[in-house]
Amino acid sequence: MATAKKDPILTVEHLSMKFGGLVAVGDLSFEAQRGEITALIGPNGAGKTTVFNCITGFYKPSEGMIRMRSKSGAEHLLERLPDFQIPAKAHVARTFQNIRLFSGMTVYENLLVAQHNVLQKASGFTVMGLLGLGGYKHASDEARKLAVHWLEKADLMDRADDPAGDLSYGAQRRLEIARAMCTKPELLCLDEPAAGLNPKESLALNTLLNYIKSTGTSILLIEHDMSVVMQISDHVVVLEYGRKISDGDPAHVKSDPKVIAAYLGVDDEEVTDVLVEVGDESVIEQLDGTPDRAHGPSTSSSLMAGSVSSTIEHPDEGLVSVSKGASKADRIKDKPAAEKPAAKRAPAVTVAAKPKATAKPAKTKAAPSALAAVPAKPDDLKLIKGIGPVNERKLNDHGITTFAQIAAWTRAEIVAVEKYLEFDGRIDREDWKGQAKKLASGKSSATKKGGRG
Amino acid sequence: MAGPNSTAAAMPGGEKDVMANALKEAFYAGLIALGMFCLIIGLRTDQNIRNELILVPRWGLLATVVIIVMVGRFAFSAFVWPAIERRRLEKASTKNVVEAEPSLLRRNFVPIAIVAMFLFPVIAVYSVGLQGSLKWVDNFGIQVLIYVMLAWGLNIVIGLAGLLDLGYVAFYAVGAYTYALLGTQLGWSFWLLLPAAGAMAAMWGVLLGFPVLRLRGDYLAIVTLAFGEIIRLVLINWREVTNGSAGISGIPKITFFGLFDFDISSPNYIGKVFDLPMSGVYYKIFLYYLILLMALFTAYVTIRLRRMPIGRAWEALREDEIACRSLGINTTNTKLTAFAIGAMFGGFAGSFFAARQGFINPESFVFLQSAIILAIVVLGGMGSLVGIAVAALVMIGGMELLREMTFLKQIFGQDFTPELYRMLLFGLAMVVVMVWKPRGFVGSREPTAFLKERKAVSGSFTKEGHG
Repeated sequence: MATAKKDPILTVEHLSMKFGGLVAVGDLSFEAQRGEITALIGPNGAGKTTVFNCITGFYKPSEGMIRMRSKSGAEHLLERLPDFQIPAKAHVARTFQNIRLFSGMTVYENLLVAQHNVLQKASGFTVMGLLGLGGYKHASDEARKLAVHWLEKADLMDRADDPAGDLSYGAQRRLEIARAMCTKPELLCLDEPAAGLNPKESLALNTLLNYIKSTGTSILLIEHDMSVVMQISDHVVVLEYGRKISDGDPAHVKSDPKVIAAYLGVDDEEVTDVLVEVGDESVIEQLDGTPDRAHGPSTSSSLMAGSVSSTIEHPDEGLVSVSKGASKADRIKDKPAAEKPAAKRAPAVTVAAKPKATAKPAKTKAAPSALAAVPAKPDDLKLIKGIGPVNERKLNDHGITTFAQIAAWTRAEIVAVEKYLEFDGRIDREDWKGQAKKLASGKSSATKKGGRG
Repeated sequence: MAGPNSTAAAMPGGEKDVMANALKEAFYAGLIALGMFCLIIGLRTDQNIRNELILVPRWGLLATVVIIVMVGRFAFSAFVWPAIERRRLEKASTKNVVEAEPSLLRRNFVPIAIVAMFLFPVIAVYSVGLQGSLKWVDNFGIQVLIYVMLAWGLNIVIGLAGLLDLGYVAFYAVGAYTYALLGTQLGWSFWLLLPAAGAMAAMWGVLLGFPVLRLRGDYLAIVTLAFGEIIRLVLINWREVTNGSAGISGIPKITFFGLFDFDISSPNYIGKVFDLPMSGVYYKIFLYYLILLMALFTAYVTIRLRRMPIGRAWEALREDEIACRSLGINTTNTKLTAFAIGAMFGGFAGSFFAARQGFINPESFVFLQSAIILAIVVLGGMGSLVGIAVAALVMIGGMELLREMTFLKQIFGQDFTPELYRMLLFGLAMVVVMVWKPRGFVGSREPTAFLKERKAVSGSFTKEGHG
């Protein structure tokens, strides 16, 4: 396992949660080690959030035991504590999947509310504080310091006096984490902290999480984004239909056939994503190969070049050779489909072919300009929200390796790319172009750290 | 009538369109008015000399009403609405250019208002004489301040903690009866019984709080409403103690800490002590200052509490109860303290009310009172002390002022009694204000703590709470 010395901060034993006849979590046991990041992953509806709600006292589990061991050696059975005592006594803090801030209060006030229990005690349950007696003034100074500390760490110092509801989504996520940290927890439970964040915000979040880990706080994490999980967690627990199917360090989980199977059962897009992200080398080897430099499109330009030329007759000789690379990319797409009903896959391929005719005129115009912009150094396209490793590979196969190229896409190209990647309207919705522009301008700082989280 | 459908009216150069549109709208409005009023105004049932029911047609009156509606609609669509649109456009175009510096009055509103409140009786006595000021100090000043205090008390429960309480008048009643019963039976002084009444009301607040802790929103509102009614029915039916509907009379007057009092027969009568002419006004002025201080005390405590952890927890509770629990805040205790402290101020106000009236019966504590107090809180802007005080002045003061509008008799004839229309105008005023300022007079929220600068939080971010 991850560490040689065993010092579990949280031990979940035979946890079951039933809602009427529905078993949301069944006989789940796992441990979270002190000072580590433990990730809880699984497909939608696997019961991850239910486990969280049991740990943080929002649900009372039907069966099982949740033991929290504090640094001081004190042990708490979380299933027996009322929910509000779990943060107060057992030092477990949590965040929510749908952000729950006090939106009408300022950022600073949010952090002060989190220190309610300490301040309340110091103010002699308000009476002493009202009279100005006791250590309330000292305590409120301390509270202010702690709040400022976390404001700085969450990079929210200049928004401290703004209402929390006015912050951007990513800043609200960070504030929620900062607020949870203001309760001085030993175990921090994060419910999908990276959901809906753009690459920049993800980076800021990663920095914050790494800092929190460095302070010795253990983290329990629910996450959908496998790249985050694999990057930052020390220990991964995989759930499916409320049962644990795998448990171990990321490398172990990656290669666990059960995990792959669980994810294969989800949907087309995720299948390929997972195959790559989980890093099942053998599968990927079959799917892939390095692009054929001689014929491949890697130095070529426009993305639809491949697809266009592979489906319709093309007058431009120079680009016809591209079709080879394109079919290679198609192979990546088609390979996993072999494991699925072929009929399901077939229409997708034909659909991909359709829009090429309309895209054609635009493409011939766009090709030279894109060609001119052939980059010296490829960018990490995954930084654009919406582009996963698989899509990055597909794009790279067509020579799209830099943000500048994506930023220069024309309308028709976007349509073609969407068809090719089978993303209906997603490029516009997620504003890849805008993201790419932004990233292209500020890429020196962003690319250094790489990855998303 | 049909809403102002005037995108055309907003367009410059569309004068003709505006007129045509207005004519059309006036026609439709007239048609609707005709339909609505045809039977209501056009026909009247009456008795003839043989006690038979007969129909008296009033077509002339009906025509007048319909014509008034049409002319009014035409004037609105042709002139008023385009003018409003024009002003809005102008405002929108100049918005970013000049940020008007708030006037002196606006910046120092609170100190000026407090000074004005302290000077009010003096001004009243000087302008309308000793006896003439009685009405103004008592009916106007004290009445408004009682409601200010009640609304500030309820503000803790609704505006800060976000718990919708429709039975607040129950605590007012508890405070009033505590003073009335103990004052008449034991002869204790007001100054002893004031804290007792507050404590009693707070206790009832906690008693109410316990069962309703699990309830939220509408359900909480219904239960608190029921609680208010239960208290009133107990007061009516527990005759042995409360004397039922007949109420309690002879409630002792408040003395000035025993130094002098306001009882003409007493040796310490203020007139004798200070060698003044006999008058009932002294007592009223004394009561005015007393309720003023009590109200200011309520405001002061509220302001202080808001900056304490408990006050912040109340507001956090209003914003998001689940998040509160995730931060280790005991929401049960937090809700109970809000109920208790809100109820306590209601109890204080109640004991003052009993002392001022000298007589109380359950009729003073009907649901309408709760509704008025709640309306003041909502109208003022939930959580804002200044807004609530202004709302109380507008609503209660306005209602009292309507009594004074005798000149309306000259317009509507001698039969017209403006008091009878008070409630109608009251409701109308509320509708107008809520359309004009949906979040009350003061929609923004003052933060309780700040690091660099104090910025008001826009009302669009704050939540009303779910119970």
